[in-house]
Amino acid sequence: MDMKVSKKLGLKERYTMMTRDLAWDTTFQPMDKVFPQVGYEGIKIHDWNAWEDPFRLTMDAYWKYQAEKERKLYAILDAFNQNNGHLSVTDARYINVLKLFLGSTPPLELMAARGFSMVARQMVGAGPRVACMMQSVDEYRHFQTQIHSISNYNRFYNGLDEFAHQQSRMWYLSDGKSFFDDAITAGPFEFMVAIGFAFEYVLTNILFVPFISGAAYNGDMAAMTVGFSAQSDEARHMTLGLECIKFMLEQDPDNLPIVQRWIDKWTWRGTRKLASVGMMMDYMLPKRIMSFKEAWEIYFEQNGTALFTDLARYGVKVPKCFDQTIEEKEHITHQSWIGFYMKPDATPFHTWMPQPEELDWLSEKYPNTFDTYYRPVYEHWIAQEKAGKRFNNKTQPMNCQVCVSTIKFNEPGDPMEMCFRETVYKGEKFHFCSDHCREIFEDEPEKYVQTFISSHAALQGKCEPEGTDVNAHDYRPGARMHAYWRMDKRASGDFNGSEDQKNFAKWRAQATQN
Amino acid sequence: MTLLKTLAPYDFPSSDAVENYAGRQLLYINWERHRMFSRPFVLALAPETLFGEIIDTHMTDCFSYHPDWAQIDWRAVRWLNGSRPVVLDRNKSLADNGIGHKDLIRLITPGLDGIAGSGY
Repeated sequence: MDMKVSKKLGLKERYTMMTRDLAWDTTFQPMDKVFPQVGYEGIKIHDWNAWEDPFRLTMDAYWKYQAEKERKLYAILDAFNQNNGHLSVTDARYINVLKLFLGSTPPLELMAARGFSMVARQMVGAGPRVACMMQSVDEYRHFQTQIHSISNYNRFYNGLDEFAHQQSRMWYLSDGKSFFDDAITAGPFEFMVAIGFAFEYVLTNILFVPFISGAAYNGDMAAMTVGFSAQSDEARHMTLGLECIKFMLEQDPDNLPIVQRWIDKWTWRGTRKLASVGMMMDYMLPKRIMSFKEAWEIYFEQNGTALFTDLARYGVKVPKCFDQTIEEKEHITHQSWIGFYMKPDATPFHTWMPQPEELDWLSEKYPNTFDTYYRPVYEHWIAQEKAGKRFNNKTQPMNCQVCVSTIKFNEPGDPMEMCFRETVYKGEKFHFCSDHCREIFEDEPEKYVQTFISSHAALQGKCEPEGTDVNAHDYRPGARMHAYWRMDKRASGDFNGSEDQKNFAKWRAQATQN
Repeated sequence: MTLLKTLAPYDFPSSDAVENYAGRQLLYINWERHRMFSRPFVLALAPETLFGEIIDTHMTDCFSYHPDWAQIDWRAVRWLNGSRPVVLDRNKSLADNGIGHKDLIRLITPGLDGIAGSGY
């Protein structure tokens, strides 16, 4: 008797059975009560089944692929750590990139995990729900693997131990925190445009250049492997973000102005967030890959133009900030480094002045701006350092009410002038770094009046021990910020003369000499 | 008009309302064309504080690191409050100078344009 073998399911059928066939419409409660979030932002969806699932990945296949990637990753991390891989990096200055990365990125991956998990619950269609669930798990994985890869450095170098405490408190981490707080408190569709599209699709390459290529160029196999392990996930994330944009635009013409406003807003917010990433490329990687300006030209101007040309058939326009970002690519990394260098006591990583050949590299990469605006002040500071007067600005910063960057950018068209914008809402004045941030505020002022600005919180006495009198005559704002931030003083100050610098030199000598 | 959309009533206080500063007010200070200081700095001061005290203590403490500070001709300086030109009297208080909560005071020092005229 012949065996009755049932036909193996094709990928497509299998996917349908494992996702869409598992979803149902509720009957005990009306659908709009079960899924209230998909309606209130004003996005109109007529047919959830029209959602295309670009990857058709089922959950069982997902776990299998991810487990395989984890096995490879942790084998490499173990080998790197057991081999004292930290001593093979180009220069101990490189480790400061990891410190800045650790404070700024893994906590945001965790926020992304939370956000996608919320959206996975909020969306109606099974296709986007499954895709968001997978992305949530991916983001959680990135959060963990990034921390694991850097944790080995924590055994040897200062400033890596309190990143989780510092993330919601430190001045220079507030821009990233605010970015995700803003996105996660929006509705599901705006979150998808913010994170899935503007960040993952339009800007993520800029984030990967300094971290993954930067790690590879500077001998950090651990961080490099984490990046590669994340890259195939990122491809899926980018596709999800783009699919969501197209889905919204195809469903109803009324969605276009809403989506366009979100694209404008989130491309700008992402651009501001990337100022410090660009600074790592131009100043902190001992062996540089390319300048921030070059990366911006390739990954934003060229790729972005191609993307928005493609989206033009839906009526989408290039983000409003496009021209301003092109002007700013010549400036923002220098303006950021100046801002960090002048606050040596206020970061758990070191800063320094570029070496002579590094100044020349900057002149070559930024022929329109570096020698005119930035080299003179660096040469002045280098002379001051030699005279024992390294700059240390003790004051507290002014921040933008929307992006929470310190207000340090130039007036468009005039690199010598600062850009200030303000508005009055309910009798109170609010300040911004740019026209774009002011417009974001004016669209939704109720939201942004709540922004947490650490220097303001400190002046309210919120960063002080219980019972501190902020009106006392001898009260000095900021004097105890170290304790509030749980900052290891060994981790701050100039790189030259730091404990990290000395230890790295000593350990490397032990590894290479008798 | 706000574009904010919410599922429930949404009404939260401003984080930096003047009531949160126990009788003081926020003041931002910037020195134009001296971007070495990266961004303005913020103070919380009683409205009775003399403006001259801000120049002599807070501004001098911060800005005297710059070689231009000693070169300033104080008879020639000009001031802005945000983008509005204002006349400020160092012998009057913040309140009497018309400086309110979260005002941004910008010092313009004609002829001084930072290190090598770079604006820094």
